[in-house]
Amino acid sequence: MVAYVNTETLPSLPPPKGLQGPAAWMRQNLFSNWINGTITVVLVIGILAALIPFVNWAFIKADWVGTSRDDCTSGGACWVFVYVHFKLFMLGLYPEAETWRALLVGGILVLTLAGLMIKGVPLKKYIQIFALFFFPIVAYVLLSGGYFGLPHVETNFWGGLLLTLVIAIVGIVAAFPLGILLALGRRSSMPIVKAICVVFIEVWRGVPLITVLFMSSVMLPLFLPEGMEIDKLLRALVGITLFQAAYLAEVVRSGLQAIPKGQTEAANALGLTYWQGMYKVILPQALKIVIPGIVNSFIALFKDTSLVLIIGLFDLLATIQGAFSNPKWLGYAIEGYLFAALVYWIFCFGMSRYSQHVERSLKTTH
Amino acid sequence: MENANATNAKPEIAVSLRDVNKWYGEFHVLKNVNLDVERGQRIVICGPSGSGKSTMIRCINRLEEHQAGQIIVDGIELNNDLKNIDQIRREVGMVFQHFNLFPHLTVLENCCLAPMWVRKIPRKQAEATAMEYLERVKIPHQAKKYPGQLSGGQQQRVAIARSLCMKPRIMLFDEPTSALDPEMIKEVLDTMIELAESGMTMLCVTHEMGFAKTVADSVIFMDAGQIIEMNTPDEFFNHPQHERSKLFLSQILGH
Repeated sequence: MVAYVNTETLPSLPPPKGLQGPAAWMRQNLFSNWINGTITVVLVIGILAALIPFVNWAFIKADWVGTSRDDCTSGGACWVFVYVHFKLFMLGLYPEAETWRALLVGGILVLTLAGLMIKGVPLKKYIQIFALFFFPIVAYVLLSGGYFGLPHVETNFWGGLLLTLVIAIVGIVAAFPLGILLALGRRSSMPIVKAICVVFIEVWRGVPLITVLFMSSVMLPLFLPEGMEIDKLLRALVGITLFQAAYLAEVVRSGLQAIPKGQTEAANALGLTYWQGMYKVILPQALKIVIPGIVNSFIALFKDTSLVLIIGLFDLLATIQGAFSNPKWLGYAIEGYLFAALVYWIFCFGMSRYSQHVERSLKTTH
Repeated sequence: MENANATNAKPEIAVSLRDVNKWYGEFHVLKNVNLDVERGQRIVICGPSGSGKSTMIRCINRLEEHQAGQIIVDGIELNNDLKNIDQIRREVGMVFQHFNLFPHLTVLENCCLAPMWVRKIPRKQAEATAMEYLERVKIPHQAKKYPGQLSGGQQQRVAIARSLCMKPRIMLFDEPTSALDPEMIKEVLDTMIELAESGMTMLCVTHEMGFAKTVADSVIFMDAGQIIEMNTPDEFFNHPQHERSKLFLSQILGH
């Protein structure tokens, strides 16, 4: 047996040429042999064949501006339909004279969100407090009116994207804390608390959202005393919030289950109470793990808001459908649905990107 | 003696277990355990796995509940009174086998969390104390890093500093070096030896015989839920009395 002792330390060398860069990547992944090369070429031709007519229809031969369908003469998409109804799609039947109020709320919302999301904005704590506690009041007073000499606008007139955003934001903001409490309750060692949470979650999760909305708009009034009336929008909001909370509870619970028991033990051993330990130790970690699941729920909720159509609320999709059912604009359903898809997609994609950004910024390992 | 001028001539008892019994379901984990730890004493607890040693020290800060008997810590009896439990946990620090640092907080935040929330100490002051203890465990320059960026030995030293920031009167160690690479065991043991020499009351579940010989006042050997033998380290390692202790020592020293 000959002993071996390594006496030299090898230097780190750069990788050989021709293994990196786009050309090398394509050679490896797209044209590695003649079968793959053929598939690549066929697919590229197929994609172009589908894409070129669409681009042609949607952009090149399209009409963009006008006042009626007579302005659509080029044979492509008639975006005049969207152009003419743009205000309807955004605000529904919100009174013309009060439009500024809705726009102001939108402006405050954008500024608040920017303040919360952009790094390095000062006074973040106050923006958070404003966003959580004061913005809802400000938005409600401005939109609904009835105070400070603002004429009252009934929720029947709220519509379009405005209504979609009201439902989605209220649903998300109200369901989130409720979902966390339900998740904690379901893991509680107190049997009654646990039982209540399990029943609540399983009942709401086992029922379709359409049923919940129907119940809230048709059944609930039957149980209320004569003459007592709750706003239709409010009823829908409560229904959606409770429904969403049940879903979120299970997402949050999956995060709680992923946290090792040692974390709770360490928090307890240090003298933290249950709520302190939850707030400072367990929930920050659990919620971070389930960000993808939470955002998934929020995106689903955002799109589910379109179901309020069936109880007579006119959200974005409902106003668009209403507009192309108008005899004057028959035949422009494709443009309408594409526009709806684009708006929904912008918001959902925005949420998705933002969540990925949050995930990256919360990363604490190498 | 530290408490030489105390009016009571008897040494102050920090932890006292009287006929403590515990079951996991049908399984009897602790059987009539009796133990008195005087203030300033260093006790090492060893024994085969499943013998109840971890369970015993976890009962002392109520991470596990005992079902019969009496546990008195720092003059306070552990029972279902949440106020007593909170009070005891403030005075009893614990170091775990797997460190259990909070991975979403920096080293400094790990150390400041409990002092700020439990003892209501202002942030500035808590941070100053934390830096003091981080210096004592020789990692002040890692204060801004996250636990995931440190080695196992460094993490365990942070965990010790985190416990010390609460200024506990008693420290429990639950196999603090069992999850560490051999190269890192020494740095953690050195920290523990230093702590022992400063007069801290310590109960350590460990198999580090070197540590036991250096600092322990007595060694407890447990098997099947019972304390089988208790002696000074010298006597215990050189002249074990009980057959089970002899077998255990021959096995851990025999390789």
